[in-house]
Amino acid sequence: MMGRETQAAAGHSAGFDEMHHAGACRAPYEIIRDWLEGLPPDFLLRKHAEAELLFRRIGVTFTVYSEGGDLERTIPFDIIPRVLDADEWAFLERGLRQRVRALNAFLVDIYNGREILRAGRIPQAPILLNASFRPEMQNFTPVHGAYTHVAGIDIVRLGPREFYVLEDNCRVPSGVSYMLENREAMTRLFPGLLGHHRVAPISHYPEELLDTLRSVAPPHCPGDPTVALLTPGIFNSAYYEHSFLADEMGIELVEGADLFIDDNIVFVRTTEGPRRVDVLYRRVDDDFLDPLTFRSDSTLGVPGLFGAYRAGNVTLANAVGTSIADDKSIYPYVPEMVRFYLGEEPLLANVPTFDCGRAEDFSYVLSHLEDLVVKEARGSGGYGMLVGPQASAAERETFAARLRARPGDYIAQPTLALSTCPTYVESGIAPRHVDLRPFVLVGKKIHIVPGGLTRVALREGSLVVNSSQGGGTKDTWVLETRC
Amino acid sequence: MLSRTAESLFWLTRYIERAENVARILTVGHRTATIAHSLGNLGNEWESTLRAAGCEDGFFERFEAATSATVIAYMVFDADNPSSIYSCLEAARRNGRAVRTALTVDMWEALNQTWQQLRTLDQTSTLEHSLIDFLDWVKERSLFFNGAYTNTMLRNDAFFFTRLGTFLERADNTARLLDVKYHILLPRDEEVGGALDYYQWQAILRSVSALRSYHWIYHDRLKPWLIAELLLLRPEMPRSLRASLEQIARHLDLLADAYGGRRGECHRLAGEMYARLRFGRIEDIFPAGLHEFLGAFLTQTAQLSNEINVFYLK
Repeated sequence: MMGRETQAAAGHSAGFDEMHHAGACRAPYEIIRDWLEGLPPDFLLRKHAEAELLFRRIGVTFTVYSEGGDLERTIPFDIIPRVLDADEWAFLERGLRQRVRALNAFLVDIYNGREILRAGRIPQAPILLNASFRPEMQNFTPVHGAYTHVAGIDIVRLGPREFYVLEDNCRVPSGVSYMLENREAMTRLFPGLLGHHRVAPISHYPEELLDTLRSVAPPHCPGDPTVALLTPGIFNSAYYEHSFLADEMGIELVEGADLFIDDNIVFVRTTEGPRRVDVLYRRVDDDFLDPLTFRSDSTLGVPGLFGAYRAGNVTLANAVGTSIADDKSIYPYVPEMVRFYLGEEPLLANVPTFDCGRAEDFSYVLSHLEDLVVKEARGSGGYGMLVGPQASAAERETFAARLRARPGDYIAQPTLALSTCPTYVESGIAPRHVDLRPFVLVGKKIHIVPGGLTRVALREGSLVVNSSQGGGTKDTWVLETRC
Repeated sequence: MLSRTAESLFWLTRYIERAENVARILTVGHRTATIAHSLGNLGNEWESTLRAAGCEDGFFERFEAATSATVIAYMVFDADNPSSIYSCLEAARRNGRAVRTALTVDMWEALNQTWQQLRTLDQTSTLEHSLIDFLDWVKERSLFFNGAYTNTMLRNDAFFFTRLGTFLERADNTARLLDVKYHILLPRDEEVGGALDYYQWQAILRSVSALRSYHWIYHDRLKPWLIAELLLLRPEMPRSLRASLEQIARHLDLLADAYGGRRGECHRLAGEMYARLRFGRIEDIFPAGLHEFLGAFLTQTAQLSNEINVFYLK
């Protein structure tokens, strides 16, 4: 449901435990320790059951693409929060701002002057020959140079001060509704717990999102900009999130057929007649946005929408063409973007990545398949991926044959031992691997609501946090105090 | 509000109302067929049942003859018949789900629960052993849903469109039912003829829950022209054409008021149709031909639906 696959790697190493480290409870988790110690025996079991009921009743669901049956499921919610202290978050926030500024600068550049290519800092081929590169966007700069108005940057932690970016989601990242509902659930389930600690609030996210969207309205937009959320419809896996966000922001949730273009202006059909739309927070992929420009068989989009966009009469968020910035074959160059555009050293490190299109990387990958995770550069959803340490010799052999056939289509990364957090499972409380997706809002300014969505691999030893593979989510606390 | 949202609300209640009406028509068909059989008349009750539900064209494309088994199966569970109870409830839920945030929790639960129960039903056994119970259940679910929306929705434009769906469909169904039955029962005398005719007329009244209302209002034996008056012109009768058109005209007016007075052909047409029913007299309608009157009414109803569509929903 979160879109792209996020498995860092699979491994056997225990990983950094965010609560217990070097024989002691780490300071940010002392409040969790004290809380857990004071609980009556079956309290958590009861609360766990209550949480499940709560999510079903609110109707927080995601769609599972399968045949027949009930398509709507809920994602398991773990009742023990993950905690970051003020310093940890301050560091992450600086790193995220830096990275997202660089990604947006890159997008402006790549569709205009291509300075970074001319300076030879990034090779041309992976970009200009990339299917994610949108020639239609050349010589066009969105309002305030904002391309990726909502970025979901997936972060994994390997040690007390070691944070790595696993991938950048610049197109249409989802999951923020879970972040918000998780906090809501914690507030209802444990009213005392949150009340006693200074945890940074997050419930204003929809307001910040709306501010961001309004800030990028076309400059000559008459009066108060009208913002709408464009959804592919009820069969989309993230439909719940779309309706949730539209509701929270108080804007219309529209489908392609609700919109039409007249003289390069976007209108929504209402019972009071056509109404002009200035900003579309679109949760429809580029390919499906406009059958006249992109896929002609798309029924999800609006004919002429791209023309209205290029004419500057509507802002699309996220912008068209952002996927060139989160393509896996481009990912290795993001640190270079930070240096080139901002003249700074990157605060957040990349996971070392081997580009199989390069001869020396390719031979290394082939001879170390049992230690590596190999992914399709343009794949998503976890398809076409090899998890070396968990694969059989035969599986690795088959995969190697595919690699040899099209090396340029693959990248490889070392197996990472993701950090763990205490998690409520059948056997009690046990460490489970987690990642973090903070949501970075980019408009006239950059805004990040503290924390993000923590995903947790509920199966023991598993590093797969995907909801489709037994992954769950946790509330993420950013303490307003230093520890 | 979004035109699509209004459209879904409008069709949501149309389909609910249609499901209920199909259930009512089938109940009557079943009852009449049983009586006709016991009285030795083997005329085809099932054809008129199909006509009353407006599905004879689709039916005869697929079936040779209208028998109780084929007609019931076609009108109850046939997913290829867009007016079957199954299709109507499915379409209602689909429309509801598409605009879920515009529904109240009670509406959604009523709708969703109905669909979940229908979906898991043993169809064969229902048709064989518990058809009447099932038809009662459909009526109950419709009454339940209508209660849920009437009692929980805000009185704003969303409610007005929801209301329009109910009454437009109801007007159409009552007119159809009366037309079809009247056609078979072409009355020669003032009073209802033989035993069979009597039961047929009684069945019409039953199908719109109006048998007792008839006696309450007229204190008289069943007379075709009084029955027609009850179903066409009486304001007290909640399924009469007049009562339906009164609601339609009223809610179109409320919409116009809510939208700064903007009006269109749908407002004019609804006003005209309502005026004709409000000031019309049964003694004028009868000599000119009830069938002609109802035919013209059905055409206008379709036209009104189209005008509402053009003005608000597209």
